[in-house]
Amino acid sequence: MSARREATLWLAQRGTAMILAACVVVHLATIIFAVRGGLTAAEILERTRGSVAWGAFYSVFVIASAVHGAIGLRTVAAEWLGFRGDAAEVTVTFIGFALTVLGLRAVVAVVGG
Amino acid sequence: MGNVPEFSRNDRREKPGLSPVLMVSVWRGAAEGAFQSFEVPRQPSQTVLDVVTYIQRNLDATLSYRFACRVGMCGSCAMTVNGTARWTCRTHVDKVVVDGDLRLGPLENLPVVKDLVADMRPFFDKWAAAQGQFKGAKTRQEDFTRVDPRSTARREADAAIECIGCGVCYASCDVVAWNPEYLGPAALNRAWTLVKDVRDAGQASRLVAVAGDAGCHSCHTHMSCTELCPKGLSPTRSIAGLKRATMKLALSMEEP
Repeated sequence: MSARREATLWLAQRGTAMILAACVVVHLATIIFAVRGGLTAAEILERTRGSVAWGAFYSVFVIASAVHGAIGLRTVAAEWLGFRGDAAEVTVTFIGFALTVLGLRAVVAVVGG
Repeated sequence: MGNVPEFSRNDRREKPGLSPVLMVSVWRGAAEGAFQSFEVPRQPSQTVLDVVTYIQRNLDATLSYRFACRVGMCGSCAMTVNGTARWTCRTHVDKVVVDGDLRLGPLENLPVVKDLVADMRPFFDKWAAAQGQFKGAKTRQEDFTRVDPRSTARREADAAIECIGCGVCYASCDVVAWNPEYLGPAALNRAWTLVKDVRDAGQASRLVAVAGDAGCHSCHTHMSCTELCPKGLSPTRSIAGLKRATMKLALSMEEP
């Protein structure tokens, strides 16, 4: 049902926006903290390797970004390009999954190993 | 008479700061057409509707425009004035004139019938599509429902209920321009007044009607409607209320 789908997507968009607001603050604060005295790959990996907390944080960040971005692109496609309907739904869903996979791959790369 | 300004018929043109004539360009035609220029004598306390009426009565009787009450009640005289949708009967020329120029066109986002007359059918069809009709559940044999005017629901409905259907919000809405199916601020505002009406029995189907791609979830909260509503209403607030109400329904209902 379109009405329920729209209401659910709206809720997901607002919910992920709240999560992203918190994630971005932590992310920016970490950047400012991390670049004191220079920034090296080794320093970053030292912080993230094997860290369950950073792994969980960036996983949440990635998933929220993917959901939020895909829903936003759906609206942009509909309003600016007139791209609506099943093809648009499939396309933005694919983009959402692609962002999730790519993002989680990056999380695994900095946390794992 | 002290400092009270006097305007006799003869001294109007000499008032300081008041240029003697207005240069008015008016849309002529329908979807295809062009702006036609008129020179209209400037008057104190002149409204944009006065200007249009002067043109029609003195300069070109074929000019088409729409008005009825002239006092901001009927909602029929809205036009695009120097690029902004306004009710013309209560818009003073002083407030909107730019370097002595006025540019008048029909409302945006609606088909043009002729000159300054927009076809309001899509606008009001959307009120119907948003289920803007009251659906009662009582018969005439039953007693009246007592509604406390201080109750939260009634106060929320009252805050949105003074709409005169002028179409200024609809003509100013970016989302209507992007998505012609979008129900628009006025229809959604009307639906919200009924959602907050405790007597109404058509809530679930109304909330389904106002959700969706063409409904409240498409609102970007640009607030042009709220900024320009001549009655000082906030359709944006009403639409936000509909988003919350539809969300609650979506989370609660099994199948609509």
